[in-house]
Amino acid sequence: MQAMSFAVHIPLVCFGIAFPAMVVFLEGLWLRTGDPLYKALAKRWSKAMLILFAIGVVTGTILSFEMGLLWPEFMATFGDVFGLAFGIEGFSFFMEAIFIAIYVYGWDRLPPRVHIAVGFPVILAGFAGSFNVIAVNGWMNQPTGFSIRNGEVVDVEPITALFNSNLWHELTHMYLAGFMVAGFMVASVYGYAWLRGRRDRRHLTGLVVALSFAALVAPVQLLVGDWSARTVAERQPIKLAALEGLKETEKGAPFEVGGGIEIPKALSLLAFHDPDATVRGLDTVPEEDQPPTGIVKLSFRAMVAIGTGLAALGVWFVWMWWRRGRLPRTLWFHRALVAAGPLSVVALIAGWVTTEVGRQPWVVYEVMRTEDAVTGASGIPVGFAALGLVYVALAAIAYVMLRRLARKPFEVEA
Amino acid sequence: MLADLAMAVTLVGVTAYVVLGGADFGAGFWDLTAGGAERGAPVRAMIKRAMAPVWEANHVWLIFVLVMLWTAFPEAFGALTSTLAIPLFLAALGIVLRGGAFALKGEAGTIAEARALGATFALSSVLVPFFLGTSAGAIAAGEVPLGNAAGDEWGSWTGTLPIFVGLLAVVTGAHLAAVFLGADSQRAGQPELVHAFRRRALGSGVVAGALAIAGLVVVNSEAPDLYDGLTSGAGLACVIGSAAAGLATLALEWRERFEVARYSAAAAVAAIVAGWAFAQEPYLLPPDVTVQEAAASDAVLTALLIAAGLGMALLVPALVWLFRLALSGRLAYEEEPRP
Repeated sequence: MQAMSFAVHIPLVCFGIAFPAMVVFLEGLWLRTGDPLYKALAKRWSKAMLILFAIGVVTGTILSFEMGLLWPEFMATFGDVFGLAFGIEGFSFFMEAIFIAIYVYGWDRLPPRVHIAVGFPVILAGFAGSFNVIAVNGWMNQPTGFSIRNGEVVDVEPITALFNSNLWHELTHMYLAGFMVAGFMVASVYGYAWLRGRRDRRHLTGLVVALSFAALVAPVQLLVGDWSARTVAERQPIKLAALEGLKETEKGAPFEVGGGIEIPKALSLLAFHDPDATVRGLDTVPEEDQPPTGIVKLSFRAMVAIGTGLAALGVWFVWMWWRRGRLPRTLWFHRALVAAGPLSVVALIAGWVTTEVGRQPWVVYEVMRTEDAVTGASGIPVGFAALGLVYVALAAIAYVMLRRLARKPFEVEA
Repeated sequence: MLADLAMAVTLVGVTAYVVLGGADFGAGFWDLTAGGAERGAPVRAMIKRAMAPVWEANHVWLIFVLVMLWTAFPEAFGALTSTLAIPLFLAALGIVLRGGAFALKGEAGTIAEARALGATFALSSVLVPFFLGTSAGAIAAGEVPLGNAAGDEWGSWTGTLPIFVGLLAVVTGAHLAAVFLGADSQRAGQPELVHAFRRRALGSGVVAGALAIAGLVVVNSEAPDLYDGLTSGAGLACVIGSAAAGLATLALEWRERFEVARYSAAAAVAAIVAGWAFAQEPYLLPPDVTVQEAAASDAVLTALLIAAGLGMALLVPALVWLFRLALSGRLAYEEEPRP
């Protein structure tokens, strides 16, 4: 159930992280050039941002309830260890809520400079929020900052737990993913408009701004992904084995491309940057400590494949823009753009499945099992079904609202 | 000491949520009872206008409270959320429906659509405070023992006291909303609405006062320890303070001093929360678990309190600015006429 809630919440988080930066960038363009089109577009986007944020607030509330409703033992045992992160996250969320309201409702009512300045706390709060949530996830993958004596958690050092060594690569990976998802989703909408024949300046500007963010970030993400994978190889060898479906420990392990084709020594090279490195297999731990390999491997592949494709799309765009100063004009480019938005969400969720399911059967890596964390209360399936229905309704609401927003007449001030 | 401080900070969050979030829910109550589409339209428009810029920020107080609880009092949090899973889940569900319906309201294409959305919004506005209230009532009634779902999943929150607190939460929210909206209408220069909300504020204030007095009787029979706490020392002071502020609100509404009434109404409700806390002291989950016992280690509490202090230093000025802008009518969609 929490998985479902997260799957709904994460894409919204991406908009929380990246959309404010895009809107503020547009407003900055307006202040610099005085071109009212930029302002009109920024205004329009800021309203979409508010709608998505509102839904994000609601799903975020559900998540914090669920932490307790579903995992009371996890919270009771470790709530204090990583609670600090959530405490700061709570404040970030608060700041974002306040400044986003001032920003969106304050157009034309605050002096322009004050107004754009209000945008920056929103961006900052989005960053701080993701920093802290990712810190908790990093901690779950590499629990530090406490010790266990006689089954009791003692000597809690919240700061150590907060700045666990998984924080940096996971944070960078997620933050960039936020820009990719938000950028490609928005670009996807404008790509669709282009295919439908709406190719005026407003639509092109929207497309270029959104795509620029995504395209510049996507190739960098490949490098960060490599960093993440190497960290996993080092610290969670069993997770890596699950990612690659490696059953037995091998020296100079091959990389399976798919369909039984293998590149000799490539896995060792990728994971440790050394073709002869030893890669641990799943068989090095007892069966009950192994993660479900199939889904982890599949989602990891999906993420990498989509990520690479998106990076290629980004490079294509940047190249054309740089050499010719215009967008590629082929139909296929825009069709790819339309696909890129939803695909980026698929990659996002696949990546999250990879890290979460790859950690199973542990909820806190090698400390607490998921089955020991779960609630003793009954009626979970009923709640699951009810919540599922609510999320469908929420999605419908968000869609209808964004459609209505898009259909409203677009007014550029004279 | 640190534990008490953490509890105090959490209670500040609870109070803020009961006052601000409660008023939001109360606005939904008036939306529900505003009457037919035609007659209720001005009331509903005023509610939307007043709520739109601030409801998200009001709402985050709940998240703040949850986070404070699970960090500073993890075991108590685990006990609460497992034993009270049902009312908390229903409240969470209501929050989602409410947020969604509110966001979409007013954008509805047809009258039937608008009715359905309005009904969802209004109904969940009543149910959420009710279920949160019953959860608080279950704690006060001493029905939540430590452990994973160790208490009665249904019986814990369906006793007389929990149900009573649930009702009280709905009514005080409605009263707060009526007082706030009356003042907002005055600022917006809509005299007819001012009177409509004044009537509602007076009516709901009388009902809330009667409920609170009846509540003392219920507490006396259901939770004698709590009753002792409420009728002696700091608890008693809060009860008296709440009654005085409540009466003052009624007098101010009667004399049409709406701006001042905002604060006295908020104080009356805040005093109830404080009184409950004092009456229950030193227990977090009566009858056994004290605040001290349930608290996390000092290292955690210190870090959390420092973080909360720094956070508050940023938050409070931002929040004050938001409310000042909102109250002075400088935040609104440009579709609406400028004040």
